[in-house]
Amino acid sequence: MILEAQGLSIAGRLDGVTCSLRPGDVTAICGPNGAGKSSLLLALAGLLDRDEGSVALGGTLHAGLADRARRIGYLPQAPEIAWDVTVRSIVELGRIPWRDQAREPVDAAIEALDLAGYEDRRAQALSGGEQARVLLARVLAGQPDWILADEPLAALDLAHQNALIRHLRAAADRGTGVVLVLHDLAMAMNHADRVLVLEEGRMVADGEPLEALSEDRISRTWGVNARWVHEKGARALIAT
Amino acid sequence: MKRASLVFAGLLLIALPLSLLAGRVWIDPAATPNAVLILSELRLPRAMLAIIVGGGLGAAGAAMQGYLRNPLADPGLFGIAPGAALGAVVALWFGFAASAWLLPLFALIGAGGAMALLAAIAGRTGGIALFTLAGLMVASLAGALTAFAISMAPNAFAMSEIVLWLNGALTDRSWREVWIAAPLVALGVFLLWRTGRSLDALTLGEPVARSLGIDSSRLLWLLILGIGLTVGASVAVAGIIGFVGLIVPHLVRPLTDRRPSQLILPSALAGALLVLVADSLVRILPLVTELRLGIALSLLGAPFFLWLLLRMRRGLA
Repeated sequence: MILEAQGLSIAGRLDGVTCSLRPGDVTAICGPNGAGKSSLLLALAGLLDRDEGSVALGGTLHAGLADRARRIGYLPQAPEIAWDVTVRSIVELGRIPWRDQAREPVDAAIEALDLAGYEDRRAQALSGGEQARVLLARVLAGQPDWILADEPLAALDLAHQNALIRHLRAAADRGTGVVLVLHDLAMAMNHADRVLVLEEGRMVADGEPLEALSEDRISRTWGVNARWVHEKGARALIAT
Repeated sequence: MKRASLVFAGLLLIALPLSLLAGRVWIDPAATPNAVLILSELRLPRAMLAIIVGGGLGAAGAAMQGYLRNPLADPGLFGIAPGAALGAVVALWFGFAASAWLLPLFALIGAGGAMALLAAIAGRTGGIALFTLAGLMVASLAGALTAFAISMAPNAFAMSEIVLWLNGALTDRSWREVWIAAPLVALGVFLLWRTGRSLDALTLGEPVARSLGIDSSRLLWLLILGIGLTVGASVAVAGIIGFVGLIVPHLVRPLTDRRPSQLILPSALAGALLVLVADSLVRILPLVTELRLGIALSLLGAPFFLWLLLRMRRGLA
């Protein structure tokens, strides 16, 4: 089910963004600070009022709140866990759009993120990396067609970054559409199937990572002269 | 939830008969003259009223803390109790206190006015920050008007009536107040109970709750109506009784799994228990005149609040 934006405009944030995203892909949204990355993600999730343009899922415009909630799982940038509830009850929140207490998807999500044995732990006592896994498990428990995550790797150390990106890739391999806002261009280069580059609310590149994040593009959009270094199937970015 | 609710329901069942017997005059149903009359016409309605008022305030506090994701939130902060108090003060100012129905009616109108103001300001967008600010504004406006009414009181008698009434109490209440408050509080607690799932979703923040399909303006309406009915009806029959909505959810939370939805019913039961016990204690205290329940609970509540703040400060340090 394709997720598309047509001529999306939000005053001061987005300016005529059009894109069409495929399920099964990991799509990265990149761009300098203030380029409108989070706004685009929120608009794709149907959580931001737009001035112009439309967002459509599988050819139909976003339907009611409940229908949208079943199809799109959203993971915000700054995770918040207001009460010290158990890991399991957080993952169970993913079932809210379905209005059921199905155990199977909750168990599967806990299993998928290696959280077995954590179910009764208090969420606020977990480390940042563990919390990130719990919050992604919450999204998976809702069995959405799309996972939209804003900077999911930002607060994580290297090992947890790798683990989380592996889990997101596994979800994409199962046919889920994955859209990530990423600051780390090397992460986008190495792990995304497709990269959208935003600059001052406009889409300036859309394509395979090698092409969308070319050294020329980085120099023009970020104003930084940088070079990709290629080793053992992965690329690292060196600013010069 | 089940366990906490059972505990408080059990304690309530023990406390109720004891509270009927307790008072300046302890009643021995077999020996005290007119025992049946005193129990059925004085002590029982007063105990029922304590349960109704406490239950409403406890549930309102639990829902409020869940909505604001803040364990220090109190339903009294949000304008509805001051609004109801203002209505009652207006009734006393005009000397309507003698009429049995007018004072509660005016208080309910005051609560309704505060609810309408809150809804008009914050209802459309449904944002939590706007709601909080609107509530504080309504509260301070109602407080200022109440102070104005006191300062302009037509005579010393009206002034003392107002001041006394503002310090809530359950003295000299009858079945009439029970019948006024019971249906309103019951409906209010029901509406608050219905917010449970949305409050759970809010645990992960407003954007996530919306992404889970929570309709934020429906939630806000349920809360305004639920808190308006519970707190408004409580103030209408008992005056201002503070701190119940703050303390009770706090004491109950550790006995639950900490999900906001699981806190509402046990908090209603625990609030009922607290007010029932406190009202029995003020009757027993050997003072010349009975200590007003509102004052007693504030005397209990303010140090509790301080202790909470100190504990939080230690947590931050």
